[in-house]
Amino acid sequence: MRGARPLKTGRSSWLENTSVLAFVLLAPTIILVFGLLLYPILNTVWLSFTDLKLSVPQSGAFIGLNNYLKAFQDPEFVASIRRTIYFAVVTVPVETVLGLLIALVLCQKFKGRGFVRGLIILPWALPYVVNGAMWKWIFNANYGAFNALLSQWGLIDSYRIWLGNPTTAFNLIILANVWKETPVAVILIHAALQSISPDLYEAARVDGAGAFRRLWYITLPIIRPVLAVTMVIKTVWALKEFDLFYIITQGGPANATNVATFYTYLTTFRFLDFGYGSALAFVMVVIALVIAALYVRMISREEPY
Amino acid sequence: MSKRFRDILLRIGLYAVVILICVWVIAPFAWLVISSISTRIQLTSVPLDWFPDQPNFDHYRRVFFGGQGATSMHRNLNGAAVNTLIVAGMSTLISLVAGSMAAYAFTRLRFRLKGSLLVTILITQLLPTVSIIIPMYRIMLTLDLLDTIWGLVLANVTIILPMIIWILRGYFAGLPEGLEEAARIDGCTRIGTIVRIMLPLSAPGLAASGMFAFIVAWNEFFTAFILSSTMNSKTLSVVISEFSSKVGIDYVAMATAGVLASIPPVVLAIVFQRYIVQGLTAGAVKG
Repeated sequence: MRGARPLKTGRSSWLENTSVLAFVLLAPTIILVFGLLLYPILNTVWLSFTDLKLSVPQSGAFIGLNNYLKAFQDPEFVASIRRTIYFAVVTVPVETVLGLLIALVLCQKFKGRGFVRGLIILPWALPYVVNGAMWKWIFNANYGAFNALLSQWGLIDSYRIWLGNPTTAFNLIILANVWKETPVAVILIHAALQSISPDLYEAARVDGAGAFRRLWYITLPIIRPVLAVTMVIKTVWALKEFDLFYIITQGGPANATNVATFYTYLTTFRFLDFGYGSALAFVMVVIALVIAALYVRMISREEPY
Repeated sequence: MSKRFRDILLRIGLYAVVILICVWVIAPFAWLVISSISTRIQLTSVPLDWFPDQPNFDHYRRVFFGGQGATSMHRNLNGAAVNTLIVAGMSTLISLVAGSMAAYAFTRLRFRLKGSLLVTILITQLLPTVSIIIPMYRIMLTLDLLDTIWGLVLANVTIILPMIIWILRGYFAGLPEGLEEAARIDGCTRIGTIVRIMLPLSAPGLAASGMFAFIVAWNEFFTAFILSSTMNSKTLSVVISEFSSKVGIDYVAMATAGVLASIPPVVLAIVFQRYIVQGLTAGAVKG
């Protein structure tokens, strides 16, 4: 740290020292971020080495890595991780590709384009819980609009219990997530598309390149970094997803939608097993950090600070 | 096939796709709105009667004005709306103040550990909330902030402050440093240049990040769900989540609650779309 510079004026000169000023300006953020985010993470790590159960007084003894050993032998946790991976592996590419297609359409000239561009943000703005409740209502077995629509079109003979079947329940949650999260991909990709110079397309057209060749050889290479960042962010979000699973199926039927975040929540707040729950939570942190490292490398290559 | 004919076909195809996109975006939410102004009998008819003959605004009236037929559910929704507004508003305000200070330091000042501090703040944004909620719960318990508005405000600040720093950093970096130097030569202090020059110039950035943060805070569910237990601090998301887990609920009331909770963020997002798009792209892509 540099020493204090000689005082030029009396008034608030201590604030003129860069290090002091930086510290003062950063103090609120450091207190909040370190106090309510980093300390909790460290505390979670500590708790994960204990057998703390809220329902058992005098618990909380240090038990080393036992919780982690238990986690990797816990078939339900391993299965829940597998479900989370399935959720990410399906939603991320679907939302990115759908986002790219919609963004390409929004770049065309048509009447009402401004309106459609504004409208596309609607699903993003909806509260997660409302999104969940809305789709749960649409998929309702007795009165849902999904059943009504399919049967009025003659696609099904009788109303089905969509959320009672493990496979359809999971895939319908994916549908609800795709509806809500695709707009983010549209907005990110659309912004990138608009930054491409029209001259490039013009030159390609003059050289006789058709629409698909222009997409493949000009558009995609230019927006590749944006597509990559979109996919990484979406992967992190998919790992974090809790609300939809909680609202629509509560992990059911028969644990079919019991993803890692939901299982961690159940362990911690239903079974009050804070020690084991912390270990599960920290496994998720490690997974998120690996993806985060990828993300940080990506953006720092683009824009050095 | 003549070129003109092909162009017409392409136009028709384009409009068909545009209409498809609009239906895909609007239909689910439109059904929620329609459900909220239907009657229970009509919604539970098979085959379904899609449109109500006469709109039924009973639940809206009961939430806003109470009166005949109003139950504790309507009063709770009203109270939860007030809680949500205070929590989202306060956490946005606090994050804007703390965030603009931090963003200034990150763009204009040189100090040790700057890079690692910035990366730390970015990474906290990516962590699953479930991984910090146990200690956060215990901190709130210690500070006596469980089930209080202030507890939720703090929890929300930790979520939106990193976003705001990230968005504002981009804005501040885009402002010319010459202006500040000129002001400093004229005798303005550092703090003076921040308050008199940086903040007014970055008003669009403050608006964009504030709007973005408000919507995120308004929609936040998980921390409120864990930290609140009574109407003292329950937000709309928490109240609606309780609705949808009950068996035999009144679907019209549930839809009304959903629409009411969506109106503020949806209206803000569509009216100030430009800001939201700036916020999203600055927050995610530019890094």
